[in-house]
Amino acid sequence: MTQALDEIKIGGLGASRKRVEDDRFIRGKGNYTDDITLPGMLHMEILRSPLAHARIKSIDASKAWEIPGVHLVLTGDMMATRNLAWMPTLSYDTQAVLATDKVRFQGQEVACVIADDPYIAKDACEAIDVDYEPLPVIVNPAQAVAEGAAVIRDDKENQADNVIYRWEVGDAAGTDRAFEQADVISKLKLHYPRSHPSPIECCGSIADFNRATSKLTVYMTTQAPHIIRAAVALVAELPEHMIRIISPDIGGGFGNKVPVYPGYVCSILASILLERPVKWIEDKTGNLISTGFARDIYLDGEMALRRDGKILGVRMRCDADHGAFFSDAQPSKFKIGLLHSAFAAYDIPVAHLQARGTYSNKAPGGVAYRCSFRVTEAMFFQERMVQAAADDLGMDQAEFRRMNFVRDEDFPHRTPFGFLLDSGQYRKCLDVGLKAVGYADFRQQQQEARARGRLLGLGISTMTEPLGAGNSREYDILGIKMFDSAELKVHMTGKAIVRTGARTQGQGHETTWAQIVSHELGIPAEDVVVEEGDTDTAPFGMGTYASRSTPVAGAAVAMVSRKIRAKARKLAAHLLEVSEEDVEWELGRFYVRSAPDRGVTIQECAMAAYSNMPDGMEPGLENTAYYDPPNLTWPFACYIVTVEVDPVTGVWDVLTTVAVDDCGVRINPMIVEGQIMGGLTEAYAMANMQFITFDAEGNCVGSNYMDYLLPTAWETPGFELHSEVVTPCPHHPIGAKGIGECAAVGGPAAFVNAVIDALSGTGVRNIDMPLLPDRVWEALTHHRDVSGAPPVRTDD
Amino acid sequence: MTIVYEDLGDEAGTGASDVPVRRIKFTVNGDKKIAEVEPRLLLSHLIRRGLGLTGTHMGCDTTNCGACTVLVKGAGEAGEGRPVKSCTMLAVQVDGREITTVEGLATASELHPLQEGFKEEHGLQCGFCTPGMMMAAKALLDENPDPTEEDVRWALSGNLCRCTGYQNIVKSVLWAAAKLRAQAPATEDGSQP
Repeated sequence: MTQALDEIKIGGLGASRKRVEDDRFIRGKGNYTDDITLPGMLHMEILRSPLAHARIKSIDASKAWEIPGVHLVLTGDMMATRNLAWMPTLSYDTQAVLATDKVRFQGQEVACVIADDPYIAKDACEAIDVDYEPLPVIVNPAQAVAEGAAVIRDDKENQADNVIYRWEVGDAAGTDRAFEQADVISKLKLHYPRSHPSPIECCGSIADFNRATSKLTVYMTTQAPHIIRAAVALVAELPEHMIRIISPDIGGGFGNKVPVYPGYVCSILASILLERPVKWIEDKTGNLISTGFARDIYLDGEMALRRDGKILGVRMRCDADHGAFFSDAQPSKFKIGLLHSAFAAYDIPVAHLQARGTYSNKAPGGVAYRCSFRVTEAMFFQERMVQAAADDLGMDQAEFRRMNFVRDEDFPHRTPFGFLLDSGQYRKCLDVGLKAVGYADFRQQQQEARARGRLLGLGISTMTEPLGAGNSREYDILGIKMFDSAELKVHMTGKAIVRTGARTQGQGHETTWAQIVSHELGIPAEDVVVEEGDTDTAPFGMGTYASRSTPVAGAAVAMVSRKIRAKARKLAAHLLEVSEEDVEWELGRFYVRSAPDRGVTIQECAMAAYSNMPDGMEPGLENTAYYDPPNLTWPFACYIVTVEVDPVTGVWDVLTTVAVDDCGVRINPMIVEGQIMGGLTEAYAMANMQFITFDAEGNCVGSNYMDYLLPTAWETPGFELHSEVVTPCPHHPIGAKGIGECAAVGGPAAFVNAVIDALSGTGVRNIDMPLLPDRVWEALTHHRDVSGAPPVRTDD
Repeated sequence: MTIVYEDLGDEAGTGASDVPVRRIKFTVNGDKKIAEVEPRLLLSHLIRRGLGLTGTHMGCDTTNCGACTVLVKGAGEAGEGRPVKSCTMLAVQVDGREITTVEGLATASELHPLQEGFKEEHGLQCGFCTPGMMMAAKALLDENPDPTEEDVRWALSGNLCRCTGYQNIVKSVLWAAAKLRAQAPATEDGSQP
């Protein structure tokens, strides 16, 4: 009798397989964009605007042209002659590539120099003389809509003010009725400050136009190479088959590397003009002040409550500051992303959301920073609102949540904003979290500590979020439907290569996709190589962001494996000389139902596909699958944080962080836990220190790592992870749900709720993030809320 | 080696001759090198572009992120030297010194325990900060073979990671420390080099 394969041993589903990609990274042999050098390569630098809003009176680049080693100076006027001064954004707006008429934010791209050496290019940028006439500056939505406000986008016809859109969703009249019936109405107003994904690797590209073949190859830091290929084809009017986008190793993305940036476009044009490879590598300041930011949203809302704690309805309003160009990377149907996923985990009959987007003199390009299109703001507001409501009712935080959760037996559940939730065990996750943190004991300790003047606090955040855009019916970017793909080629010796339309940036696809193939076909994971990121070889896909890789591309890997298995079954029947109906499958092997010892392995089927196929069968064992998910996946999480606040300084320390994540079936538990810990750290960062703000002149505060604080190993707390709750996704082929973002999405509220809880009894209802010590101290000392972006020092 | 300059037609001869150049001698990963560099050239650029050792990454240009950390050893210093963020040092400053980069960690046949530890404990995701982390950790372990978690966190507090949340990085370093300690007696016996 043949021994059945042990799936964990062959690196299949559920194996904490060590990562394949690590072998090159630990040796310093990764291949990031800046590591690539091409023969004859030139270097590009960007001159950026020092002012936030100004008319360009003149640009004199003559001194730059004179510097030895300078090959080209590009300005907006030169771009305009090629119809490239402006480009379309991912949200149906336009964005300046190089400024022509005005600059509209500090750091905007004004000119580019291409030279033999990056040092020379930098020297030449400094030699460009730009004469600016300063204009009034707008740095928040209130200023944007004020009477007489300067119109930032005077380049657009029919744009008479600074409003980009007004959008609403839900049932306004029904929500009004719910509020009329409420015993208690709880209100909350907050600001989610501007943040930046800030991967350690900045953005960059190497454009290589070959005149002889007319082919343009671009190596670039992109999370979505196929979208870039389409965008380049449309913007630069090059034929799509003559464009090859290669996304080499990426030093972190977090959403920052989804959009099309002016630097990419300029390097492409420069390469076409000079017929030489042109490399552009951004510096950190350029990255922080000009590329895709996140959040920057003002939220207020109210909750209609029955005295016993039942939530009757929710109303939300938001003002989103999009910066100078509406270039958010998000599904086109939804103007404010998936903000309406708020309160999805709670059984609420009716809700209404109104959103308004405005321009300002700040960097454009709202991206989903480790979040599926504004779900971070949604979950943050939700969990802060829930805490405020429980406090207003005098109810226990955990009990209030438990009472209002969607129940296990109520799935599929339709939210008042129209989402369909697939599955979950919300109460169980909460219970696991409460037990882990020792909830009752902690409340006791908190009382005792309070009596001695020590401030302990406990914050809960529970959340579900929609991960894995599409389905294609509802989700598209610029009309391109959000599905994904996988191609699997099984070679004759049973080894295989899988390619997808996603692009890993640390998530470990090279390891996990092989595990899915292994699970479906019984081919050991080490026999499967994974390749992504080259549009000439990878099947079309929408890329990696919004935790969509496993829900969509990962599903495609499973589906293409099943296609391969279906063909292998025919080959097995042929080899075993029985009819297909008499063939059974177990991991890695087909056998005759009536004689289980008679079987052939998947490897033997692979060999037969090239050497012994039945008459009339197409040779080979290769296929492609396009996967259009029936729905989003809805992971659930419960994060509980305890803190101690120093009443003298306002400094708060994290005592424990407990995370209970139910993301369905875990392909590689080790990698899943790595994702959760990374997300928790970004959550802690946002709650504690990480933000970008602007002074009244539009100067960006947070333009480098001395001002834009990221936590180090020293500040970052330890994490306790729990994986015992597993609710497989009912519509995903292997039952998996997204996970990459969950902790970054749900985590911030747990930290903030903990600090607010520590301040209970002081009347403080809200401190806006980041909870810097001086803000906590101010709230504690003066018994008042601290709201808005932190004030910054101005020189006057 | 031939260097061809653009004839820019200026009276002084080649434009390139206007650029001041300093000649430096140094050792990188055990190999002796001579380079002619502009005085303003950053050490990180000498390593990445001049020497083609692209394992040393540049993340921030302001000495904050630590991705470019290498070890620099001056004359008479013990071990392999101190961790230095190579974007904050000029290339001319390594004249007469020894540099160790991530490419110098492994031998042809064997990984350094830190490299093994990072893989074993899932101490990396995108991999961009990893070389700098490992070099900073190496400096720690050279000085303190048996560090506590707190020692590791402090020693790595000049290096930023955006992916991992540090917990597994700390575990990786402790894993390496344990392995190095286990190997140490063999070295003292002289049974292994």
